[in-house]
Amino acid sequence: MSDPVPSLAVALVGNPNTGKSTLFNALTGLRQRVGNYPGVTVARKSGTCDLGDGRKVELIDLPGLYSLAAASPDEQVVTDALAGKIAGERVPDVVVLVADATNLLRNLFLASQLAELGRPAVLVLNQADVAREQGLRIDTALLSARLGGIPVVLASAWKGEGVADVRRAIARAADERRLLPPVAWPANIAAALAELARAVAADTGHAPSAAEAQRLLFDTSPTLPERLGWDKARRDPAIRAAREQVRRSGYNPLAAEPLVHYERLRKALAGVLTEGAGKAGRTAAVDRLLLHRVLGPVLFLGIMLGMFASVFWLAKFPMQWISGGVDGLKAVVAPLLDGLPMLQSLVTDGMIGGVGAFLAFLPQILILFLFVGILEDSGYMARAAFIMDRLFSWCGLNGKSFVPMLSGFACAIPGLLSTRTIEDPKARLATAFAVPFMSCSARFPIYALMCAAFIGPLYGPGWESAVMVGMHGVGLLFAVPTAFILTRFVLKVKPQPFVLELPRYQMPKPRDVLWRMWQNAAEFVSKAGTVIFAITIIVWALSYFPRDPAVAQRVRAAAAGESAEVVQARVQAAYVEQSWMGRFGKAVQPAFDPCGFDWKITVGVLASFPAREVIVSTLGVTYSVGEGAKADSAHLQQAMRDAKWPDGPRAGTPIFSLAAVLALMVFFALCSQCGPTVATLAQETGGWKWAAISFVYMTALAWLMAVGVYQLVSRLA
Amino acid sequence: MTPLSQLLPGQFGKLASLNPERAVDQRLMALGLLPGMSLKLVRKAPLGDPLAIEFAGQVVSLRLAEAESLIVDVAADCPIQRPRPS
Repeated sequence: MSDPVPSLAVALVGNPNTGKSTLFNALTGLRQRVGNYPGVTVARKSGTCDLGDGRKVELIDLPGLYSLAAASPDEQVVTDALAGKIAGERVPDVVVLVADATNLLRNLFLASQLAELGRPAVLVLNQADVAREQGLRIDTALLSARLGGIPVVLASAWKGEGVADVRRAIARAADERRLLPPVAWPANIAAALAELARAVAADTGHAPSAAEAQRLLFDTSPTLPERLGWDKARRDPAIRAAREQVRRSGYNPLAAEPLVHYERLRKALAGVLTEGAGKAGRTAAVDRLLLHRVLGPVLFLGIMLGMFASVFWLAKFPMQWISGGVDGLKAVVAPLLDGLPMLQSLVTDGMIGGVGAFLAFLPQILILFLFVGILEDSGYMARAAFIMDRLFSWCGLNGKSFVPMLSGFACAIPGLLSTRTIEDPKARLATAFAVPFMSCSARFPIYALMCAAFIGPLYGPGWESAVMVGMHGVGLLFAVPTAFILTRFVLKVKPQPFVLELPRYQMPKPRDVLWRMWQNAAEFVSKAGTVIFAITIIVWALSYFPRDPAVAQRVRAAAAGESAEVVQARVQAAYVEQSWMGRFGKAVQPAFDPCGFDWKITVGVLASFPAREVIVSTLGVTYSVGEGAKADSAHLQQAMRDAKWPDGPRAGTPIFSLAAVLALMVFFALCSQCGPTVATLAQETGGWKWAAISFVYMTALAWLMAVGVYQLVSRLA
Repeated sequence: MTPLSQLLPGQFGKLASLNPERAVDQRLMALGLLPGMSLKLVRKAPLGDPLAIEFAGQVVSLRLAEAESLIVDVAADCPIQRPRPS
């Protein structure tokens, strides 16, 4: 049985750090849907809320914001959603303003701005328990009277207090439809707004709303006039004239809005707040420790290393269970399809392997988001950004880029998903671009194989470890200049100032953290999962077909007398050699010749585009040691050491020279060889454009650097 | 009259003026930092940048370069009055 369509739409709006999402979870239970607003990377969260009187409403949790002014995607979405300008969205019947009861003045600024939209409103003073502890008393009846009689409710969503009152207040607001009175603008400003609205209507044919006229007068961002289709040549003189009129009333036009609103709010709050004796919070004391000049960074590094170690090591166990489960499933399914080798390979290697390929990322995503949730909800994330900002600001990133980049060293997928914590769209995109360069754990097997097979035996264990460590820095070396170039020369968006609230510390609510962790994982599986699955099937097909039985017969005839295992490995190698993938590898080998790659490495490189760790098992197949080869396989290492160029100018010399080994590792350090990363990048940047740019850029850079390394080292050596 | 970027940690005073043309100042005004408002430089980040300032019962971080246009009238009773070496 499905719920009837809710009769009312209700939107939840408020500043960040007000416990808005906790209230949302408390009101909806976990009956929620998460999606995206069309065309922007802003998450749309909605759920069904029971008003307690038999009515059900659709509750929408809008992104947290401080002001309607700036042009960030979040702020745009809130303004549009409340004005009913998003296609397919209902105009909210009631707007629930969520305010932090301990900082009412600032929280009501947004409410005062939103009054212009003329929607029935409820004011929830959340975190009332903290206000009470601080000795703050709030006269809600007086406040309600000052705000046009809208319901004003005290609540503590964290403790579950007052949630029923909020439901009743929404019901009341829907029935009474009382509005928050808009601010009374001084005469000159009101005249300027009217004049501006008239000019827009004359030039574009559409009269702007009161809220839009204010944005045109008070903001310097060109986003709104461009959306209204107001020609720059027409609007500039009109806006200048309107601002001049504001100036004549003694207000700076760009400061008038906060001055007038705050003046109004100070009067509205007079007598509403009584400060009594109470406990001062512990936030300042905790900050003295966590932001201490010496201890702060030490504790920060400790916390981050703990998080990284968990993502890296803790996730290994569930990942092993998943890969064990996938292998087990293959073993169960394979015999059922024994008479049908093609279907058997499609189901086991293609389909089950494809599902396993993205399930393997889930443990890391879940663990990282557990930590990110705790860091964010506790208030420490803002402090981490405060500590790290200096190291990132020079290249256009900010302190919030740290967590995504660090997690990139375990896996780019959770790293990319965690760029959502960065508010500035420019820094978010640049960080998302930098994350796939970080040396993720999937690059480890190829480094391990190359170091164990070549660097160690040739130069000793000291060099072997040094090269291992060095390879982990190669990506970072290129990521930072990439971010710099991207933010400085490519993205022509004005940088957003890094103004960050350091909120009060709070105990994270387990339900909120776990719920967000689950939502992120579910979104990854449903969006990126399908793409990853498709890529795996395509690559399977390319390396399986065509499959002429004559090939196997020829190999078997030539290898008479060898053990069954050796024959099987050679048959596989022969099949791969004449598959579409093998033929393609041979065809494009000349392109990789300057990097010192033969056709076998080239096939390995190509087959690794969906998942770079595949290189080791592909080399296992092409070097005829069987497909189960691991990095520590002595057989594979020996086969590679024995490999010689069969012909050409390098005939008789080892294929895996020092130059080729280093070039191969550098190639894998930089190349965009991860289908899930590309799919996630597309998901997080709102389209395939940036994912495609990142793919081409990283791959081209990898090729160039591999050529450079090979040419340089082979001349020096 | 001292730019906020030159205040020492612990120093407090009243905001004398800001530059409404700047995006940072617009953000801070929306948070309630208006001329005449008391504010305090709580601390600098371990690497010297950004700054954490307290006003109207909240702590907000902003970058040193973004704090230049905020001019502070350091309170006469502010215990830290050492002149900044220029």
